[in-house]
Amino acid sequence: MQRFIVLRIGQGLIALFAVSIIVFSLTRLTGSPADVFLSVDATQEDYDRIAEQWGLNDPLYQQYLVFLFNVLRGDLGDSWRWPGHTAFELTIQRSIATLQLALFSLSVSTVIAVPIGVMAAVNKDRPIDWVGKVIALLGQSVPPFWMGLVLIWIFAVQLEWLPTSGRGSFKHIIMPAITMGWFQVAAVMRLMRSSMLDSLDTEYVKLARIKGLTERKVVWKHALKNAAITPLTYFGIIAASFLTGSVVVETVFAWPGIGSLAIEAVRSQDYTVIQAVVVLFAGVFIFASLVVDILYAYLDPRIRYQ
Amino acid sequence: MNGQEQLDNNRMSFLGGAFKSVRRFNHYPVIPILIILVLLVIPAIFADLLAPHESRAGGLGDRLIPPMWLEGGSSEYILGTDRVGRDIFSRIIHGSRISLVISLIGIASGGILGTGLGLIAGYVGGWADAVIMRLVDIGLALPSIIFALALGVLMGPSFATVIIVVTYVLWAYYCRQIRGEVLRVKSRDFIARAKVSGASDFRIIRKHVFPNVTNTLIVLATLQVGFVIVLEATLSFLGVGIPRPTPAWGLMVADGREYITSAWWIAMFPGLAIMLTVLALNLLGDSIRDRLDPTLRQV
Repeated sequence: MQRFIVLRIGQGLIALFAVSIIVFSLTRLTGSPADVFLSVDATQEDYDRIAEQWGLNDPLYQQYLVFLFNVLRGDLGDSWRWPGHTAFELTIQRSIATLQLALFSLSVSTVIAVPIGVMAAVNKDRPIDWVGKVIALLGQSVPPFWMGLVLIWIFAVQLEWLPTSGRGSFKHIIMPAITMGWFQVAAVMRLMRSSMLDSLDTEYVKLARIKGLTERKVVWKHALKNAAITPLTYFGIIAASFLTGSVVVETVFAWPGIGSLAIEAVRSQDYTVIQAVVVLFAGVFIFASLVVDILYAYLDPRIRYQ
Repeated sequence: MNGQEQLDNNRMSFLGGAFKSVRRFNHYPVIPILIILVLLVIPAIFADLLAPHESRAGGLGDRLIPPMWLEGGSSEYILGTDRVGRDIFSRIIHGSRISLVISLIGIASGGILGTGLGLIAGYVGGWADAVIMRLVDIGLALPSIIFALALGVLMGPSFATVIIVVTYVLWAYYCRQIRGEVLRVKSRDFIARAKVSGASDFRIIRKHVFPNVTNTLIVLATLQVGFVIVLEATLSFLGVGIPRPTPAWGLMVADGREYITSAWWIAMFPGLAIMLTVLALNLLGDSIRDRLDPTLRQV
């Protein structure tokens, strides 16, 4: 187990290293960053000054090492779009709003998905199972950005129950959270269903039934406890996918989180902030998959020796 | 069993029967295929004949006309017009061409790259396998949206940007799946016999390994058409996909976003087109998978 964890952490570090190379080369691929920063009527002197200031005349590997060192120190430079703020500071600030949205969305989608998944497994091929399948299918087919607009149209424009966008009261978080969690409901429900089907088929569930326990106790206590392991490990993946989901959802609902920061940075070509966001996203992704793999290996010893 | 229960059971079995016949019907995916033809393929091919209006230009006098069944609508613009007076119905028809072409090219390039590397990784093994699989890990680690945003800034929104992003997203899935299949096939008897009879590695891959993974390829590709259409629409919606004024569905939804309070039809109908098309494609993909390779249910 220890060997597996060490190996897996090593792989994670290699992936992070590769991401840093990709991030670095993305910003250098289309010529000098000075082109973006300087206006059209900039003189050669301006170019030279900027190039000197940013070390653009140094050999590439040296520039990369400086970049890597700065990333490790959490220093990615100042934002161009928001002067006076460092890119690092901005990403951390905005992460809080995204975290709030993600946690709320996660709890809502779990509360909805787990019972439906269990009911679908218990009533396999009955109407409730079909309802579950329809939800799963819609979850895969409805584009989230459009779903958000439809919600706005129904609940904010027509019914006037909820505010259209922004962050503030509890009412503000409802629609973005639903939009974000929609796809996850489908995924968790399907996982829950298949894992529950396996669990209902085991010896200990049969034993519980023979003992004369009520069906409710058999399903919701004995079977569910064991079936919950698979979806639990999936939560790492969900957490990571909320990050990408945040870009779309926060754009639709003007939620001031990390996703809308990414979009604003892209629109204003703020390279330092884009770099910070990409590094953060990749870091969370790699960390999440690391945790998931270790959890899996802990729960299922066969994986350790592959 | 009392009378009420008996009644409930009968009702259940009636409903169950109805659902069963729906499921039987599902074995011949007639409705999905019809939706795909009507919404995606036919308009994509005959867009110029079918669209009643110009897709990129409109009259400013005809701005924000509601759909024909609403007050103020006209039968000339069935689904209404957008903020510069372009006919939404015509733009949806033209948009299907973008969706179809992007998904075909994107899946082809991602599939070819991923399959090629997957074949090599699985068949050659050793260091080639290690390097390729680490690349897959990295590919899956860097989120597609972020990659797309970074690329969109550098290259600007364009057709090529979308294709590169789609390829980047898809290849790792193909590579991982195909590698697994190859590992299974490789240990089979006929591969060893082909080796003994002196066939070259290239010939073995081409004649003996590849034909055994084509089912997986077909299933993966059909299941991904819908995914790619949503991905392209999302990129266009975020402004890093297809550039204006090309009529792409995601872009049309983005254009309608500001008008959601006053002219909801601008965003609603293109989104509906995406949803129905993707729904039909997923149903079709599911039924193809069930027929060709039920073991792929987890994909």
